[in-house]
Amino acid sequence: MKRVTLAFALLLVLLVPGVAQEQTPDRSSTGGAQTLEDILKRQRGEKVDYGFKSGKTGDPASAAAMSSQLGTLGGASDPDLWRALRFGTADVKVSAGGAPARVLIQDGGMSWLTFRKGPLATYGAYLLGGTIVFLALFYLIRGRIRIDGEKTGETITRFKAVERFGHWLLGGSFILLAVTGLLTLFGRFALIPLIGKDAFAPLAHFSKWIHNNVAWAFMIGLVMVFVMWVVHNIPNKLDLKWIAVGGGLFKKGVHPPAKKFNFGQKMVFWGVIVLGVSVSASGLSLLFPFELPMFAATFEKLNALGLPQLVGLGTLPEQMAPHEEMQYAQLWHAIVAFVMMALILAHIYIGSIGMEGAFDAMGSGEVELQWAKEHHGLWVQEVQEAERQGRPADHAVPAE
Amino acid sequence: MKAMFIAFAAIVVIAIGANQVLMHLGFSSEDQLTSPSVRLGE
Repeated sequence: MKRVTLAFALLLVLLVPGVAQEQTPDRSSTGGAQTLEDILKRQRGEKVDYGFKSGKTGDPASAAAMSSQLGTLGGASDPDLWRALRFGTADVKVSAGGAPARVLIQDGGMSWLTFRKGPLATYGAYLLGGTIVFLALFYLIRGRIRIDGEKTGETITRFKAVERFGHWLLGGSFILLAVTGLLTLFGRFALIPLIGKDAFAPLAHFSKWIHNNVAWAFMIGLVMVFVMWVVHNIPNKLDLKWIAVGGGLFKKGVHPPAKKFNFGQKMVFWGVIVLGVSVSASGLSLLFPFELPMFAATFEKLNALGLPQLVGLGTLPEQMAPHEEMQYAQLWHAIVAFVMMALILAHIYIGSIGMEGAFDAMGSGEVELQWAKEHHGLWVQEVQEAERQGRPADHAVPAE
Repeated sequence: MKAMFIAFAAIVVIAIGANQVLMHLGFSSEDQLTSPSVRLGE
């Protein structure tokens, strides 16, 4: 116990960001302009605070009159004007395009681009690759999880047609979205070298069409699945028994009691719902560019809670250009999607080659009675009890 | 398996339907970024 407390204390110390404030650099040698140290810092990829120059955009109020010498720009020099453009404070007027078109320079775009090409693509690929390797190893070590008992030849209805419809509306659209999403992210540097630009162009074009329009089926499927199954996925005490034996996944002949959904399935359910809602929200923001910005408002709330400061991220930006909103939405969309893809790979594995008899639940809806007894024993009892009493089976499952 | 194939067909129908509806409502980039003084595609 002492050791655990110490470990937590150490973790807290590591999480709390350094309190020592960086001293303001001396810029007297350059008259207040950026110094060599600023340039080197930027080149090293470190964060530079541009506060010292972002506000220096001229002072027309105390400027020499336009008729005076050096007064022709009305108190703002060319560098002043460019600074105002760069830091988004220039008074730009456009005839079309609204707020996004008034942004002429958006340097946040570079960090978005490098993050997208770098860590996002790299760690995303590692996550998916790692999941596939893990599942392959699991298959090699554990093999296919077979039905342990004697097969009865009898079946029991596991999922009604509407449940299977909702599942496949969600699942089918997710696979299309995942494949087209991966094509969009990796296409430029993974596919173009293989198939050339001429072949990739139409592929990217159709990928975008599919990704944008199939999104609606995904959202409808997500709502259907949530409405149909949420009552069966509320955690309860049975889940502790399932966790205690690892769901029987790692040992032959171990079958913890479960109702309609066991703890593993509940994790998939809540994972899909939470990540699905998040990926849909950021997706809608991207589908209607600049219409549904959500990151500045979210960051404001997070800053107020003090969460980003606690994990050392400092204060997150609360003012951003419309494009920056889109960039954050794109990164978040992809990060959530990667986690979801990893989760669904495991779900597809266990629902197909990983477990004998599992696919029938979503294929025909009729599962082998012995399979149902082994994996959802309490649910089978409830269904059979309901049948004996002449009630429809679905009402037999209490809403808990 | 019927429910699965109907769901797959529904995905196609919803995708085409959504695209048609959004185009008619003026959500294409062309409509969104056009004003009397800025015309695209003409």
